[in-house]
This record gives sequence, C-alpha cells and structure tokens, in this order.
Amino acid sequence: MNNTATKELLYKMADDLLIIGHRNSEWTGLGPILEEDISFSSMAQDKIGQSQALFHLLHELGEQEPDTVAFARGAAQFHNCQLVELPNGEYDFSLMRHFLFDHADQLRFELLANSSYEPLAKVARKVKGELKYHVFHANTWVVKLGSANEESHTRMQAALNQAWNYALGIFEPSAYEEDLINTGVFEGEQALFDRWLTNITPQLLKAGLSIPPQDTWEPVYGGRVGKHTAHLEPLVEEMSEVFKIDPSAEW
Amino acid sequence: MIKSLDPRVNRASIELENPIEPLKEMDQWETFEVFHQKKRGDQHMHVGIVHAPNADMALLFAKEQYGRRGLSVNIWVVKTRDVFTTDYDDSDIFETVPEKQYREAGGYKVMDKINKYKKSVKA
Repeated sequence: MNNTATKELLYKMADDLLIIGHRNSEWTGLGPILEEDISFSSMAQDKIGQSQALFHLLHELGEQEPDTVAFARGAAQFHNCQLVELPNGEYDFSLMRHFLFDHADQLRFELLANSSYEPLAKVARKVKGELKYHVFHANTWVVKLGSANEESHTRMQAALNQAWNYALGIFEPSAYEEDLINTGVFEGEQALFDRWLTNITPQLLKAGLSIPPQDTWEPVYGGRVGKHTAHLEPLVEEMSEVFKIDPSAEW
Repeated sequence: MIKSLDPRVNRASIELENPIEPLKEMDQWETFEVFHQKKRGDQHMHVGIVHAPNADMALLFAKEQYGRRGLSVNIWVVKTRDVFTTDYDDSDIFETVPEKQYREAGGYKVMDKINKYKKSVKA
C-alpha cells in the first residue's frame, strides 16, 4: 500500500464529510418542520462522526490528532470538493446537494468495504446503516418534491442544474488513481462515477427531473488540491472558532 | 441565493425577513402514530407522533425521532385519523365498583407471606 495515495483518499473523504456535516448543521433550528429539522441535524452529526473515524485512520498513518487536523488547518489545506462548501441556499438546494453527495458517499463506502486497506474497510462496513438511511431520506424528499407541484418541481430542477457541475467535481481524479486501483485500496473515481450515475438516474426519472445535457457538463475540479470557492474560509473560521480559543483544552 | 459569505449573517437575517406569524389553519401536515419495536418478537410500543404528508415521510421522520437512540429493529406508523378510540365522555366505563377486591391483585394478601419467606431464607 502506498501511504501517500491512501492518505490523499482519506483526506478528501474526511474533509467532504466534515464540511458537508457542518453545512447541513447550519439548518439546525431552521428546518422546514420540526421532524425534518431533527432528521437533517441528526444526519449532519452522522457525517461529522464518519469524518472523525477517517481522521483517526489518518492519525494512525502518522498525521496529527483528529481535532488538530479538523480545526487547525486553513481553507487552502482542505481537500473537499467544492460542492460541499457551497452555501446552503434554500432548502431545495440543500436537499439536492444531500441527494447528489450522499449517493456518491454511500457508493464510495460500499466499494471500500472490500478495500485491501482493512482499517478503512472496517469503517466502511460500520457506516453502512447510516448511509442507507441518508440515501433513503434523500431519495424520498427528491422524488416527492420533484413530482409534487409546479413550484416544487421548478425549484428542484433549478437546484439540480445549479449543483450538477459541482457534483461532477466529487469525482475529480487524484494523482494516485493507478496506485489505489493496483493495490486494491479503492476502485477509483471513474468506477465510482459510473455507479453513481447508474444509481441516481432512476431516482431523478421518478422525480420527473432531468440531468443537464451531457454536452453542457463542466466538472468543477480543484477542491481536491486545495482550490476552493470564497465560501469555505468563513465556514472553516466559524467551525474552528471554539477550538481556537484554547487548542490545548481537553473536551 | 447567497446573501453573505458568513452563515451567521444569513441566519440572523432570516427572522427579519420572515417575522414569525401565528400558525394558520392546516399549516401542519397530519399526524401519524409511531410504534417502535426494540427487538424482533417484542411487541411494538406506542412512542409518540410525527407530522408527515404521507406514510413514506412518516417512516423517514419516525426513524430519527424515535429510533436514533437505543435499540430498534422496526417501526410502524399509522395515520392518527385511522385509529379508533373510546370517547373521553365514556371514561367512566373503566371505573369499577370498589367492593370487588377479590378479583384484583391487591385483593390477595400475599406480601405478608412473601416477607415471611424472605425472612426465613435470610435467617
């Protein structure tokens, strides 16, 4: 196993989960109804927990303590895709992002359940149930709102159009694709993308929503190498505000 | 969509833009009664309600409201309006004439015997 390649994979996964977990938690107390508020917040906490599990693996591979890695880095040191750092917008956008991201996340962990890197395979098997619920939640909302009435349909289609190229950025190939594939750690971003498209297509069809035409696809890359939108920095600052008051505090 | 780069600013302005108004009638979805099963074979226990527009969403919400802590293997939801109930005006049907202690557990004076046995075991 090539440690550099594995670390790169762990970093992008952990950062995706930490950032989307934080973003989604911004809905806490503001969700459309109480029950949904609680569900969405609970899933946001799941994401943070999943990122923590991955930061622990990184720590085992020689990186710093999970809290330090999560809270002491600047925005340019994050490896998350840009999709997850975009502001929440209206609930339609947040739900659509949740749908697009969580399908990819579930499949990524599904592939990793057979990884040759056993500690990661173990984490992947552990989070299976959580992810199943997250995708069930996303599918239910997207299908209902996509087909409910004209306003909800229009909003969901607009959210899909807006999120699409960013969602393609989830699958930004890393410099280590070959390494990961050859050592059996991960099947690679292309394999993940193919499965993702296969899984989301029937759900979007059920929702009456159309994937933007392929000739308009322009994946937003850069997030994996620290290139971010202006939205990430204020998020990171807020997220690490308490930690930075006293980085040595015991929690 | 983006009002500010700082999420706190967006949060703070939400109240200003949408002052809280009293709930209008039919502002809420209907309620579903939630039954939760701790382990296979156990009876489902009533745990509360959720608001939802349909059964799918009710299950979705019930899982997080009532199944996110502790053990769960299964959840039922039933529309509240599909539940048949007795009338509170008829709650006197549950009252019973007091002179029938012979058919209530309290009517059996067993504690004396139990205490006596416990004592004898201890001794």
